[in-house]
Amino acid sequence: MTDLPTLPVDVKAVLSGSSPTVAMDDHSEGMSYLQSVPRRLVTLYLPLSIIVIVLLFPFYWMGLTAIKPDDQLLDLDKFNPFWTWNPTFKHIHKLLFESYYPHWLWNTMYVAICATVLSIFASVLAAYAIVRLRYRGAHWVGGLIFLSYLVPPSILFIPLATVVFQYGLFDSPMALILTYPTILIPFSTWLLMGYFKTIPFELEECALIDGASRWQILVKIVLPLAIPGLISAFIFCFTLCWNEFIYALTFLQSTQNKTVPVAIVNEFVDGDIYRWGSLMAGALCGSLPLVILYAFFVEHYVSAMTGAVKE
Amino acid sequence: MADIALQPRTAKAQIREATAWDQLRTNRNWLGFWFMLPAMGFLIFFLAYPLGLGIWISFTDARIGRPGVFIGTENYEWLWGDSIFWLSVFNTLLYTSVASAIKFAVGLYLALLLNENMPFKAMLRAMVLIPFIVPTVLSALAFWWIFDSQFSIISWSLKHLGLITHNINFLGDTTWARICVIFANIWRGVPFVAITLLAGLQTVQPSLYEAATLDGASKWEMFRYITYPLLTPIIAVVMTFSVLFTFTDFQLIWAMTRGGPVNATHLMATLSYQRAIIAGQLGEGAAISSAMIPFLLAAIMVSWFGLQRRKWQQGENND
Repeated sequence: MTDLPTLPVDVKAVLSGSSPTVAMDDHSEGMSYLQSVPRRLVTLYLPLSIIVIVLLFPFYWMGLTAIKPDDQLLDLDKFNPFWTWNPTFKHIHKLLFESYYPHWLWNTMYVAICATVLSIFASVLAAYAIVRLRYRGAHWVGGLIFLSYLVPPSILFIPLATVVFQYGLFDSPMALILTYPTILIPFSTWLLMGYFKTIPFELEECALIDGASRWQILVKIVLPLAIPGLISAFIFCFTLCWNEFIYALTFLQSTQNKTVPVAIVNEFVDGDIYRWGSLMAGALCGSLPLVILYAFFVEHYVSAMTGAVKE
Repeated sequence: MADIALQPRTAKAQIREATAWDQLRTNRNWLGFWFMLPAMGFLIFFLAYPLGLGIWISFTDARIGRPGVFIGTENYEWLWGDSIFWLSVFNTLLYTSVASAIKFAVGLYLALLLNENMPFKAMLRAMVLIPFIVPTVLSALAFWWIFDSQFSIISWSLKHLGLITHNINFLGDTTWARICVIFANIWRGVPFVAITLLAGLQTVQPSLYEAATLDGASKWEMFRYITYPLLTPIIAVVMTFSVLFTFTDFQLIWAMTRGGPVNATHLMATLSYQRAIIAGQLGEGAAISSAMIPFLLAAIMVSWFGLQRRKWQQGENND
């Protein structure tokens, strides 16, 4: 990962943990070798495994429920509930071919990608202007953008609903595509500002002397150097969009237009007989795309998360 | 060369004066304005304007499909005497304080554990973060199923261990319901706190611990006098975010209990949704969500001072 600019928080070290750079600088190896194995077993491995099991159990349970046959789901005495010997794809099949689920997945993906692209575009320009153009009042604008990061959707959804209605966007994906950037822009601007600050000023000065315009500098010099930051911002924004609930719940009405989280909560619960199998299959299929994405970009993800708090 | 030198002076007019347009084109403020335009457009139309509009709506009797008229503080007076509103305020404060305190304690503990040297470290750290990646609603549904009144796996396990005789009515009993939603919130929040604090821990120089060991410091003293002071700035920021998002939580509650049983888990956010969108009383709902603003301001102040101290500690200049 030599392409990561030097962050105050070393992302690679957070994940790999193999001798963080600071440790290499002061030539020490830590003192964990001083502890005996039984002691480490009790003070480290035992609590750690308990916490990890608690953190991961709901996913195991979700996955297990999704592939269990119906009779085993509700009969806890005859069958061991923690395992099943005859998995079935009935629930998943039903979900994918007999419900609107593919529609909902497509909606979620469509909204998430459009909103993310829009916000990254706006944030790149804004972050560049704040960090490098340094127009009058840039410092204050930076502060205001940080403040807007702290305005939660739960106090905005009522007035936004009236705004969306006035603009005639109610019950259309556009309502979400235009409102999600309010959550994403502050975050990604703040993140990208951190990245842009690490790019040497001299590169830009050279380009300016060679007659490049600001736009050319941004596109040809700054952006290629900030690609890790762009990936981090993109992935994190995408996850936030996928996760968003209250706007999607308020602004969308017809079954076909819903996003996955809203649709599962509203459409899959009928009366008292909860369809646990398909409900859990739906939750599993809705989570998997994000988990797969995460598996490929763990480092960028962590850098986005720690980057947001480091400034 | 000589030819050029002999050319009349008029031929050198290639270097033209910088026109007003040229000056404008390189003017920082002018360029800054255009660069800021998309972001500012979004934030003004869909964030600042609704924020103001929300406060205005809270002073009107607007309903869905009918713009209201100004009625002064009537909504707030009505809420002042509404016991369900006060219950939701109590629930929100309880939920936020208990969940944040435990999230902080467990998150810090987990961060310290993960900072040790051990095999499969990278994989463990990546796995720990999964609850944070998965959409809250979907994991809340898993918890809903885990806390089911009849087929709960927890009740089943406890019964087989001989600890209880009857199923626990997790989401039907007021106290249990509160415990369950708080647990689910902690479950989701711990990875965020742990991983960000871990990032902070890695910047602490190991030689400090070695020096402390030579001076005869115990494990607790090392934590208290080295780790904790160096982590304070990042703790301030992380906890501000954590408190802020716990306070305004909506989706976890909505997916698990929808505020029930008997409003025992109604937070201010869920109550405002119920009053404004389901019952159609926009004005009243807006008043409830506007009532959250003072608390948010308090959280922002904490964050602000946390940031200031951090900058001061790192000796950064103010750019």
